[in-house]
Amino acid sequence: MTDETVISAKSLDLTFQTNDGPVHALKDVNLDISKGDFISFIGPSGCGKTTFLRVMADLDQPTDGTITINGISPKAARESRAYGYVFQSAGLYPWRTIGKNIRLPLEIMGISKSEQKERVEKVLKLVELEDFEKKFPWQLSGGMQQRASIARALAFDADILLMDEPFGALDEIVRDYLNEQLLKLWHSTEKTICFVTHSIPEAVYLSTKIVVMSPRPGRIIDIIESDLPDKRPLEIRDTKEFIDIPQRVREGLRAGHSYE
Amino acid sequence: MNKALLPIVTISTFIVLIWYSFSIVLNSSWALDKAERNDQKLSFSELVHDTWSQKKPKLPAPHQVGYEMYKTIFDKKVTSKRSLVYHGWITLSATLAGFMLGTLLGILLALAIVHDKATDLSVMPWIITSQTIPILALAPMIIVVLSSIGFTGLLPKAVISMYLSFFPIVVGMVKGLRSPDLLEIDQMKTWSASQFQILIKLRLPKSIPFLFTSLKLGMAASLVGAIVGELPSGAIAGLGARMLSGSYYGQTIQIWSALFTAAILAASLVGLISIIQAFVFKRMMIVQ
Repeated sequence: MTDETVISAKSLDLTFQTNDGPVHALKDVNLDISKGDFISFIGPSGCGKTTFLRVMADLDQPTDGTITINGISPKAARESRAYGYVFQSAGLYPWRTIGKNIRLPLEIMGISKSEQKERVEKVLKLVELEDFEKKFPWQLSGGMQQRASIARALAFDADILLMDEPFGALDEIVRDYLNEQLLKLWHSTEKTICFVTHSIPEAVYLSTKIVVMSPRPGRIIDIIESDLPDKRPLEIRDTKEFIDIPQRVREGLRAGHSYE
Repeated sequence: MNKALLPIVTISTFIVLIWYSFSIVLNSSWALDKAERNDQKLSFSELVHDTWSQKKPKLPAPHQVGYEMYKTIFDKKVTSKRSLVYHGWITLSATLAGFMLGTLLGILLALAIVHDKATDLSVMPWIITSQTIPILALAPMIIVVLSSIGFTGLLPKAVISMYLSFFPIVVGMVKGLRSPDLLEIDQMKTWSASQFQILIKLRLPKSIPFLFTSLKLGMAASLVGAIVGELPSGAIAGLGARMLSGSYYGQTIQIWSALFTAAILAASLVGLISIIQAFVFKRMMIVQ
């Protein structure tokens, strides 16, 4: 892990104009993310965590402030394929096999057939789906489909992985397993990961830094550096160090809520 | 198979029974008048026999239509002017030409509407308006205009057929091309896909189920268009011409035969599309 900053947001503001009036989705958001960080964004719905991720991905545009990805604008970063984005649902095309689904972004990017094959094999191995290349999405469980979608986001070898509640729709047992796998993957690929979640244990277990956000207007209220060791077996969740961090997250979340 | 067979047979039997009964009811006045003129008294069985075998009945009995169809489909040479195969082919060729033109026009319009906001706003109202004009009023004018610039025969009929068939294609394809959800479009954006790539990799495959529904509607509309195109043109060939000449001369059996031939033709064409659809859906893992 180095101190090289890959994502930098300065006094970011975003207001959506809706029929019910303006919605202040992001207010004065400042954040620096270093290379190799695993950042979790946590907060109640409407706190702007997904919006922030979408701004990084150039899917939404800020109304004020600046943000750079690898030193360039999100649009330029998107066009240079700087990040892979994993959505909450796998979004695999039912008419394509798993292998062909993973090829899809590679085809779009005009990567040669032989290299496509090579990369598909590589990422399928990373998510332990080697035997499923020729299978169709409906033949896979929800957890496996989400792994395939992660493989697809990894296929073009972007340094940044943006994940928007990727395991939100899965049951807890599958989620535990995928969390463990994701950590392994992060260690072996050294990517920078931004991870949106509404599960406190998930955020604490995965992250090097937890960004606590609060709604109306969406803003950052706390940034917690995790002092957990890099190698984290699932059992770490029963140790004292682990239990202390959720406490701080909860306090942050509570402080952000005025409940008026 | 058996499950589907029983209801079909039941309903068909029911329809045939009703048809035979109506043949008796509708044709009996003619039979009774004739008997009265000849000072005869008809028994019920004689009456039934007469109503089912008149030369120009108000409603021909099913077996009369069946026999006429058999005669004019299998017994006549296909080049004969009295062969339904000959007339069917004339109508079929106009139908297929119109269907292909309509499908092409429909898909092109849908592509323009989905990709260009201005086209969406300006063209869509005209497309809808086009279908509110009765085709029977429009058909003669299309024929007159086209013949004045030298087009006669197949083309005017194909144009009328296209006029009816492009509409379901446009509507279905616009819906189909717009069927990808926001997430799928966003996903494509994260890969910096071009509009063309989104079209080829996402919109077109997703529109396939909509396309087949539209093709079936379009095919049926094409056939109606081709027949309507034969009515006002004074055409001497085609199923429409057959119906028209039947009505001039009170040849009800001929009209009904042409009508049934048209229905069978439409059912076969739609059935053919269904077979292709089943094959494509299986290949594309589309579950109905």
